[in-house]
Amino acid sequence: MIADQLPALQIVIPMLAAPLCVLIRRSFVCWCIAVLANVLVLATSWAIFKQVQSEGVIRYALGGWAAPTGIEYYIDSMNAIMLLLVSFISCVVVVYAHETVRKSVQTGKHYLFYAAWMLCLTGLLGISITGDAFNVFVFLEISSLSMYMLIAFGSDRRALSASFRYLIMGSIGASFILIGIGFLYAATGALNMVDIASRIPDAQSQRAVLVAFSFLTIGLMIKSAVFPLHGWLANAYQHAPIAVTAFLAGTATKVSLYVLLRFFFSIFGTNYSFGGMLLNVVLLPAAVAGFVLMSLVAIFQSDLRRMLAYSSVAQIGYIIAAFCLASQAGLTAGIVHIINHGIIKTALFMSVGCIIYRVGHAHSDSLDNLFKKMPFTVCAFIFSGLGLIGVPLTAGFISKFSLISASMERGWWMIGVLVLLSSLFAIVYVGRVVEIMLFRKARTDNPQPTGLREAPLLMLVPMYVLLAVSVWVGISGSATLSVASDAAAALLGGYQ
Amino acid sequence: MAVLGLYNYWAVIVLMMAGLYILIARYNLIKKMIGLGVFQTSIFYLYISMGKVQGGSAPILDDAVPLYSNPLVHVLILTAIVVGVATTAVGLALIVRIYEEYGTIEEDEIKAIESREHDA
Amino acid sequence: MKLYPRQRHRVLQIVTKLVIPFVLLFALYVQFHGDYGPGGGFQAGVIFASAFILHGLIFGLQRTRQVITPTALRILMAIGVLIYLGTGIVSMFLGGNLLDYGVLAHDPKHGQHWGIFAVELGVGVTVTAVMISLFYGFASRR
Repeated sequence: MIADQLPALQIVIPMLAAPLCVLIRRSFVCWCIAVLANVLVLATSWAIFKQVQSEGVIRYALGGWAAPTGIEYYIDSMNAIMLLLVSFISCVVVVYAHETVRKSVQTGKHYLFYAAWMLCLTGLLGISITGDAFNVFVFLEISSLSMYMLIAFGSDRRALSASFRYLIMGSIGASFILIGIGFLYAATGALNMVDIASRIPDAQSQRAVLVAFSFLTIGLMIKSAVFPLHGWLANAYQHAPIAVTAFLAGTATKVSLYVLLRFFFSIFGTNYSFGGMLLNVVLLPAAVAGFVLMSLVAIFQSDLRRMLAYSSVAQIGYIIAAFCLASQAGLTAGIVHIINHGIIKTALFMSVGCIIYRVGHAHSDSLDNLFKKMPFTVCAFIFSGLGLIGVPLTAGFISKFSLISASMERGWWMIGVLVLLSSLFAIVYVGRVVEIMLFRKARTDNPQPTGLREAPLLMLVPMYVLLAVSVWVGISGSATLSVASDAAAALLGGYQ
Repeated sequence: MAVLGLYNYWAVIVLMMAGLYILIARYNLIKKMIGLGVFQTSIFYLYISMGKVQGGSAPILDDAVPLYSNPLVHVLILTAIVVGVATTAVGLALIVRIYEEYGTIEEDEIKAIESREHDA
Repeated sequence: MKLYPRQRHRVLQIVTKLVIPFVLLFALYVQFHGDYGPGGGFQAGVIFASAFILHGLIFGLQRTRQVITPTALRILMAIGVLIYLGTGIVSMFLGGNLLDYGVLAHDPKHGQHWGIFAVELGVGVTVTAVMISLFYGFASRR
């Protein structure tokens, strides 16, 4: 019985944990509930992943109402990957969060923090699992609203204005998506994704489909922070509590990218999006400008969180560029990079979080010779930084290599060159910080607090778990590639 | 006269643009929330007017009523309205906290305070 | 004639006292009629909460907080969600999918009634609690 109910459990468990946290209110108990729920969710998503691999697409009718009438959960290999990624990252970060939250959030509000976290997880998993276009909007708003709340927990007052700005941008993005879905419904009379996809070929000539397409493009670009529309991202990443930043960086934009994939490839179809609408004419320049310019901007940031935030926008540029190739190889590269970047960036933010936990801030000028004091944290930063650059044998190398070879395959060699250029910038901004942390002599007017020690074990262990996974991904290589190419084939093939 | 026949869309466009304009052009955070509200309301109106069937009555099943409006959009918009209320509540709560911390709700003044802090 | 603070707005206070029971009754009607006709938890919750908000506006926040405390609201908020999810989980244990009300009773039609009733009750409780605590949250700030 339980095997049939797995898709429902995926949503029910975190959603159940949220009100329990609100009821119980004891800080430590709430954290235990959150971790327990997260472990269960991770186990569920692993089981779903295995089930999808062996048996193919899972369709789960909510309330027993079959697909066109009711809402269904539709899980193919792409959804399974997203579920696994989101629940894994959330699980690792929520364990890590305990120490940082205890330090930076008022004790009386811890239960709200974990409740909001669980709701956010519900929303993100819901987006990745649902097969209903309107349901995507609802889950998107559940995750976004709780994310605004989580960001506002930041200890600096600038967290509030960052959160407000994210709220305005995010609501505009979500409203655009809502308009797009509305026009799709008007043109096709369906909300189920499979249904819409099957009716799009007949409705293609209608102007409503064109309007829907444009609104969805803009809305999803805002939500996934594609280059010119990334304004909300840097402040939100910098001022949110660091555990939230790690969670946000690893999951929220990735899930929005998944929605973008789902709409452009499965629902509108590759031919319509990239053949008829020339989406790559719009997206590709934005993506390329994004990864070149944002890597350049990242070099000049003194705050590590802000630097990594701009680097995130650059990485999203890579992913979008890979999608624009609209080929099996390109899509595979994009999906692999979603996975790898999610893991690497989360690990990086976690190591920065350890630094903030001990040093109190993350300005790069006051981290002189930090390696002496916090060797494990600095090691983690260096290894995940190497992954970000794309050094061979790391996870980042695999995704960058497959991106470059995919663009060569299409004959767009300029993209390959620009990716290499942007990787050079990445060497500069990561290398600069590493140089300070390893080699620069501690100054006499050292602003570091006295008695600086290594971060607590409860923060180091989850970070190293994440790091181990990224190393495993980097060395085995073919495992993620084959999974991603399955997903790419499923997306390009459309719904059966 | 085909253009005038689509008057519901004209209303939507006017409301939507008014909302977006307020969002972009006003610095006052409360006014921004009002703009967001107007913008979202225009979307509700778009959906609801879409479901209207000419000559149709309220969608309550009865043998005497052969034709009724599409009830699905109403259900969708009920959800969207709840989401809108939640967004407004979160936004206003943030504004209250911003006012407590900064002593102003003008965005340009907040930015000035922040840049001064950044330099210091 | 000198008026003590308690005696101010006497007309409003008495009218409010008269109106509140009817508002509550109407909310309950909308709530429990929801599975037959227009109505349901969202609307009923807001109407129910509006009675408390009216009370708060006329008699002051202090007295409304004695009627329904923030702690009670927090618990109600969580319990509403738990009722909603609990219905879904019970239907899963009885062999249906999540929120499949048909399995809740021997006759699927009755099951649908039961299920919608329980879910709407959960929604109503949560919406009431959230609306009142929003009012408390904003009104108690200076």
